[in-house]
Amino acid sequence: MTERAIKQPDTTTVGWYEFATRHRASIAALVVLIFPLAMPFTALAVNILIYGLYALGFNLVFGYLGLLSFGHAALFGAGAYLCGIAVVHFGWPWYAAIAAGVTGGFLIALLIGVLAIRTRGIYFAMVTMALSQCVYYLFYQAVDWTGGENGLRGINVRSIDLFGLRLDFINPLTRYYVVATFVIAAFFVLSRILASPFGAVIEAVRENEMRARASGYDVTLTRLLTFVLSGGFCGLAGALQALHLSIVPIEIMHYETSGLVVMVALLGGMGTFFGPMVGAAVFLVLENLVSLWTVHWQLIVGAIFIACVLFFPTGIWGTLIARGRR
Amino acid sequence: MAGLSFDLIALQLFAGLALGAIYVLFAIGLSLIFGMLTVVNFAHGAFYMVGAYVGLYLISLGGNFWLCLIAVPLLIGLFGLAVERVLIRPLYGRGIDYPLLLTFGLSYVMVECVRIAFGKTGYPFDTPEILQGAVNIGVGYFPLYRLFVIGATAVVLLALWLFLEKTSFGLIIRAGARDPQIVRVLGVDVSRVWLIVFGIGTAIAGFAGLLAAPLQGVIPEMGGTILAEAFVVTVVGGMGSIGGAVLAGLLVGVVVSMTSLFAPEMAKVSIFALMAVVLVVRPQGFFGRAGLLS
Amino acid sequence: MTSKVTRTGSMSRRRLLTTAGAGAVLAVSPFRIKLVQAQEATIKIGFPVPLTGPYGAEAQDQVRAGQLAVAQFNDAGGLNGRKAELVVRDDKLNPGEAATRTLELVEKEKVNFVVGSLSAAVQLAINNVTKERGIIFNSISQSDAINEASDFSKYTFHEALNPHMTSGAVGRYAFAKFGKKVAFLTADYAYGHEMVRGFLEVGKQFNIENLGDIRHPLGTSDFSTVLPRLQALKPDILCISNFGRDQQIALKQATDFGIKKSTQIIAPVLSHASRVAAGAQAFEGVIGGSSFYWGIEDKFASTKAFNDAFRKMYDGKVPTDYGALAYGGVRAMLEAVKGAGTVDTDKVIAALEALKYDYYKGPQYYRKCDHQSVQSVLIVKSKSRDMKNDADVFEVLSTEEPNEKNLRTCDDLGHKS
Repeated sequence: MTERAIKQPDTTTVGWYEFATRHRASIAALVVLIFPLAMPFTALAVNILIYGLYALGFNLVFGYLGLLSFGHAALFGAGAYLCGIAVVHFGWPWYAAIAAGVTGGFLIALLIGVLAIRTRGIYFAMVTMALSQCVYYLFYQAVDWTGGENGLRGINVRSIDLFGLRLDFINPLTRYYVVATFVIAAFFVLSRILASPFGAVIEAVRENEMRARASGYDVTLTRLLTFVLSGGFCGLAGALQALHLSIVPIEIMHYETSGLVVMVALLGGMGTFFGPMVGAAVFLVLENLVSLWTVHWQLIVGAIFIACVLFFPTGIWGTLIARGRR
Repeated sequence: MAGLSFDLIALQLFAGLALGAIYVLFAIGLSLIFGMLTVVNFAHGAFYMVGAYVGLYLISLGGNFWLCLIAVPLLIGLFGLAVERVLIRPLYGRGIDYPLLLTFGLSYVMVECVRIAFGKTGYPFDTPEILQGAVNIGVGYFPLYRLFVIGATAVVLLALWLFLEKTSFGLIIRAGARDPQIVRVLGVDVSRVWLIVFGIGTAIAGFAGLLAAPLQGVIPEMGGTILAEAFVVTVVGGMGSIGGAVLAGLLVGVVVSMTSLFAPEMAKVSIFALMAVVLVVRPQGFFGRAGLLS
Repeated sequence: MTSKVTRTGSMSRRRLLTTAGAGAVLAVSPFRIKLVQAQEATIKIGFPVPLTGPYGAEAQDQVRAGQLAVAQFNDAGGLNGRKAELVVRDDKLNPGEAATRTLELVEKEKVNFVVGSLSAAVQLAINNVTKERGIIFNSISQSDAINEASDFSKYTFHEALNPHMTSGAVGRYAFAKFGKKVAFLTADYAYGHEMVRGFLEVGKQFNIENLGDIRHPLGTSDFSTVLPRLQALKPDILCISNFGRDQQIALKQATDFGIKKSTQIIAPVLSHASRVAAGAQAFEGVIGGSSFYWGIEDKFASTKAFNDAFRKMYDGKVPTDYGALAYGGVRAMLEAVKGAGTVDTDKVIAALEALKYDYYKGPQYYRKCDHQSVQSVLIVKSKSRDMKNDADVFEVLSTEEPNEKNLRTCDDLGHKS
């Protein structure tokens, strides 16, 4: 930092990267505030926040822990279903329903994690996929609770009551800002986790498992804890999704939803803090715009994906950061 | 539901093995490419689908099914060579995630191109005249064409085994899979070996697609469902093990068949449950090498 | 240095507040302007259908027919000069995407009504969004659940047939003719279960013997493991209750296994597009229900008029069943607007409830309690020879006339009278 200051004593000419880093928090808040205006429609902006949060939770396992999971749809879906069931079948208020969703994410992550955590590499991807398919089937068959293939309907939360304040949850912008509040809170929590000693252990396990073990850390427990934490974030994302769309489709647990999050995280930049959110924004906006223009949107999206893998392997955000640092 | 006779159970077992043969045929290419190149080919289903469409197109031009049995694998194999050369090769050494994701994107592109060329609705694909009808196999009637598919699978497996075990090129391929570094040091152009392996793998996928077409017709999405099943077969057998894929393919077929008998609605999830159980007990699958890609 | 940073910080905070304020104004103002304009603006009908995915061809036909209805309305002068517009969106056959797109249609496009969908789950998702926001939704695909009190709202209309009606009609036709021993092959999801329930209910009147119901997972691509079992049951009739690709493969493979030799196969719904995709051989001799077939134009003047208009607009093509539903759904909406003389939701609902219409298949009306369109069901048989052209795929065996008795009763559905 001092070296920089000596080289460039005049602060008015610092590069945009330095400026952006210094005002990271304000810029992020600003972006979130005006974001819906820049989007084609508000519901899409909400989806981006939710998928960004889902990818953020996924990235904790993929980017920070270095394990490729192909079963995160089960965690996302469990959050959505538990939140939805809490509202539809038990009539719980919105905050309790969100808590139920987060708990759902934790529980399913614990279940899958305990069984899968001993495997590595491609096998971890496959075990998580297989187990999440089993979870999918469980929810598919529990028609009385989940609506089965027809999906869970009736998660109709008309207003958010908070300390005597009543917010109209039908209003698109209000819905956006309510969801944004949770997403920002999740970002804050995650950055605290990553900055904590536990965060350092996570990265140590990824970088060198042997050394981490030799240093006295319980590698398996660290992996499991991280996976479960990831489940909490994904569960929250699922719960918000359920409240936002007022339905939970069974497709939310399909392995395509697992594949989607891998794609989003990679597109944005795995292992970067804002990458998943950027990836979600780029992917969903692209899909939205191209599908309005042609029914062959999958061709364009597929081609862009190939180009990203070939030419921007560190993802959009990862590439930007690397450019900025240069 | 009444009617559980010995004949039915025997027929059911046979149907399972026949279904397993289709799984084997599809999974074998996937397993070959993975075992030799450590590339998880997510576009394998798309190659399979394109194989069926190429067959459909050749027949509409006046070709016949028997000609397609030769032409389709050749054409799809050539296409596979091009894909490896242009798209996959730059990614070697970057870890397994990148080829996986690239082929994922590629499958989108391939499916959409077929939709543009042939339309979104599927087409019927007639069973060749002399293979139509059902024959009595002792315990009941079974479609003749399905017996033909079992035979074709056996031929492909035999040819592949002879190629890998009995030719010098096969030896290089096997050596390359064990330790590419050493093979390179010995003066062998490993990238050429990988190119050819990818071509063979995709050719088999195209062949499988062609064989599946008379069973279910063709549609752009036909590769999607079988891909998941093929992954299960490959993983249960042990990634990269051809013998494992054969055993696992037949096992998966029988498991599906037996589940269909007692709890048909669970037929689909049964294979995932099987995979979960196998992997939790034995993480590298039946014949997989432990520690591969950890 | 430190003070400088703080100053920049506070400045950026102030700037942030200004921007946020401007944003809020921007967000609110267009909304206000639109509200004032709403009275004069075009009548917008949101139209979410699965343009991508396995039913893309059917969805394309829905769009064509919907656009025809809009064009006819506009050519006839609209609502005192106010024109209508179809706002088409791709729901990708995914309920989550459909809900998002419906939110876009309602919140951003400010559509007056929504017509569309091509799956049970998708229509229920759209319905959940529209009923909450007081927007009329006319569904043009099948489901029993949408009639039930828990999903229904006064804003919900159902132009399509439902599984209960189609399987009832097909059952009444087939059980009387082909025998009493009946086996079922059913896709394991709500739509499949609803069709079987319809068959069994009718079956009681005919004293059928239920040999068994084999439920296969949705999206099965190989039926070779369930067909020997079905064959061993030796049924007179096999009811295949699934749809789309599942149905095409099941019929193809049942043919291969030789089941048709001794058994009559019936299906609650035979769709035009499925028959074309699977070919004549697979569907040969199969009997099923249909909401519409272009060939009934000899019988109804309305069908003739609709077919001719469709042919004229789309160079000689004939409309399919799903296209016809879209036409009926959109046209009913627009005629109700004309009748009410306004787009006011409550008045349009009243006009729809009062509507007695015949737009494409003979007389229809929406039942009061669940807004289900009471209409005829065609019993068709797939043709395999003597076909005059590509579209000549079915032979209409009989027509079950519209009758409220063939619907589930309002009490059954949970509607309190």
